[in-house]
Amino acid sequence: MARMFEVSASPHFRDRTDISVIMYSVVAALMPAVFGAVYFFGIRALWIIALTVLTCVVTEGLIQKLLGKPVTVKDGSAVVTGILLAFNLPSGISWWIPVLGGVFAIGVAKMTFGGLGYNPMNPALLGRIFLLVSFPVQMTTTWQAPTGFPGIDARTAATPLNILKENSSILHNQNLYSIDAVNAAMSKVADLNTSLMDMFIGNRSGCIGETSVLLLLIGAAYLMYKRYIGWKIPFTYIATVGVLSWIFGGYNGLFAGPWLIHVFSGGLILGAFFMATDMVTSPITFQGRIIYGIGCGIITVIIRLIGGYPEGVAFSILLMNLTVPLLDRLSKPRVFGKVASRA
Amino acid sequence: MAGSFQGGVHPDDAKALSKTCETITLPLPQEIVLPVRQHIGAPAKVIVEKDQQVKKGQMVAEPGGFVSSPVHASLSGIVKAVEPRLTPLGTKVLSVVIESDGLDEWAEGLNSPRDFSDLSPEQLRTIVRDSGLVGMGGAAFPTHVKLSPPAGKPIDTVIINGVECEPYATCDHRLMLEHPESIVGGLKIIMKILGCSRGFVGIERNKPDAIKVMKEAVKGIPGVKVVDLKVKYPQGGEKQLIYAITKRKVPAGGLPMDVGCVVQNVGTAAAIHDAVSLGRPLIQRIVTVTGNGVVKPINVLARLGDSFARLIEFAGGYTENAKKLIMGGPMMGIAQFTDEVPVVKGTSCILVLEEEKALEEQPCISCARCVDVCAMKLLPTTMAAMVELERWDDLKRYGAMDCIECGSCTYICPSKRRIVEKIKFGKFRLNQIKAREEALKRAAEEKAGAVKP
Repeated sequence: MARMFEVSASPHFRDRTDISVIMYSVVAALMPAVFGAVYFFGIRALWIIALTVLTCVVTEGLIQKLLGKPVTVKDGSAVVTGILLAFNLPSGISWWIPVLGGVFAIGVAKMTFGGLGYNPMNPALLGRIFLLVSFPVQMTTTWQAPTGFPGIDARTAATPLNILKENSSILHNQNLYSIDAVNAAMSKVADLNTSLMDMFIGNRSGCIGETSVLLLLIGAAYLMYKRYIGWKIPFTYIATVGVLSWIFGGYNGLFAGPWLIHVFSGGLILGAFFMATDMVTSPITFQGRIIYGIGCGIITVIIRLIGGYPEGVAFSILLMNLTVPLLDRLSKPRVFGKVASRA
Repeated sequence: MAGSFQGGVHPDDAKALSKTCETITLPLPQEIVLPVRQHIGAPAKVIVEKDQQVKKGQMVAEPGGFVSSPVHASLSGIVKAVEPRLTPLGTKVLSVVIESDGLDEWAEGLNSPRDFSDLSPEQLRTIVRDSGLVGMGGAAFPTHVKLSPPAGKPIDTVIINGVECEPYATCDHRLMLEHPESIVGGLKIIMKILGCSRGFVGIERNKPDAIKVMKEAVKGIPGVKVVDLKVKYPQGGEKQLIYAITKRKVPAGGLPMDVGCVVQNVGTAAAIHDAVSLGRPLIQRIVTVTGNGVVKPINVLARLGDSFARLIEFAGGYTENAKKLIMGGPMMGIAQFTDEVPVVKGTSCILVLEEEKALEEQPCISCARCVDVCAMKLLPTTMAAMVELERWDDLKRYGAMDCIECGSCTYICPSKRRIVEKIKFGKFRLNQIKAREEALKRAAEEKAGAVKP
């Protein structure tokens, strides 16, 4: 009988990149910021990151095993979620917070929907919001000043956005307060302006992974070079925050806002480059991505300027996550050669 | 000129295996198998019978309609049988099986040189049709039909496709190096048939020697230019090629003639020259036999109807772990389950691979790499999902019929999903639905017609 060959549909070879290559590249891109976390906040930051990652991986593996499904933890997606969730936590947090957060992020935000690829919302951010809403005191008062490695002299300190929020009611209603109070508020905000370089490097109070713009940008640049994240979402998000905070964020009328402070502080750089770009929860179309980035920017600024929370990145991304199916459906790309028709 | 198109992928081109191998003419085969359909369109009608003696170049099956092509004997001998035989497309097709008499004699009146400047476009078209010419890039569309655009579609640009973007394939490359004058001769004939004064030869930059040779060959011919193109798959796709060279976009669902262009493969152009100026119908072609599954990758000049098995034997035979046999390239080629199939007009490449482990599909992670690489700017992952959910109306709205099935989406997918396979099935389904609707419509019209007094 003649020799028989294997048959399958074309194409008959594939690019080497698979899911784990992408996920571990993201892990690698986050390493500079991990390094920065330890440098600024001490060894405690590293424990929190490790604990969160471990919790996420174990939760995913356990649930998959109990459901009789193949265990896919080595694709690295739970590791990425763990690192990003830890990055969103203050470094003074008690140990059981990251554990609960990890269980929620993977167990509820990801596995209940069917696992990788099926979750409608970013699991790390949903985990963070769960913790914020359930343990508000822990999540909003344990930010530590960057006293550096090894972190023995840790002390709590307000973040730049805290400072902006606390002083905004005074500065927006200056006629209701004494001159001294107004001047004190103004100098606190002015101090922020002088500490822009610190904020760029990461030498400020804040969540573990969000403080160093520089180290995050290095990682983001690597991912963009590898084409694992694009430029549309981060650039439109950050540009929108910059423009809106410049127009509306000032205390002496329009077009006078501290936009660079807004861009550097809070979780914007971390969120714009590493969370809003999460593939599963972001749009696949060109126009969809632009609208998504702008939408995240608008909601972030609204929450920061007139909402109750000092930071709006996590909420804005989660809210925009919910609009993604609609965005993709409304913005189909124009097929090559098709004449635009009134759909 | 540095034209290109949006999207596309960059697989390793693997051409080093065979691109420096000069084409070897194979010794005459003992037997040839000629299927009546090795082209797009109606099958040809057999006009010979068992035990009949035939000469090389003699027509053994005549066209079965306008969109059809005749088949010619590629050597002289006796018709051994007229019966269904397996073809590389996977089905059994009625074939003329000829046993060689070893003499390799041309039929009367063929193989004599001719000056095409005396012939009218209509006469030239007739020669092209009667010589069995079809697209040699693989699609095998009857050439005389392509060269007969309707009156309302004037052609001002002819593009000769020397891109050969499929990895592994080097037959077009060798043709350009070894017979540039045939390609240019064919281009001139095409331009005369279409009454057009502008011609281009598109070649990818990974073939600098071919670009040099072809530039030399078109020197002095007014209106003809060689264009070197960025190396990207699928640059050789008609629509992508036309856009890269002329910046014109073929309308969705339309044809190149809608933007005044006609594209022909270099092999087709050379075959047109051979048919018109040398009096030789299509009976042989260059085939690249390559891959890590053959001992010695080569380019051969093979008679149509020779078997894959024999060509592979000539390439040193199989390696120990050879597992996959493909007609065509790795991106769009058709996997074969046996090597006992004949070389047909569209066989540009025989690829043998030592297959790697089969990859399991993971869930789609919406990375949109498929969207980024789609050469037709579609949403491959969404279309694949529509097929899985059997939402045929939505599939059509997402533009599935515009998919050129290049496979870039499936190549790049990190979840290893079989995207293009599903879209191909979806297109087949949509055609079925359309055919059924048309049949129902006709039946209803006939019924209404019958009721009227």
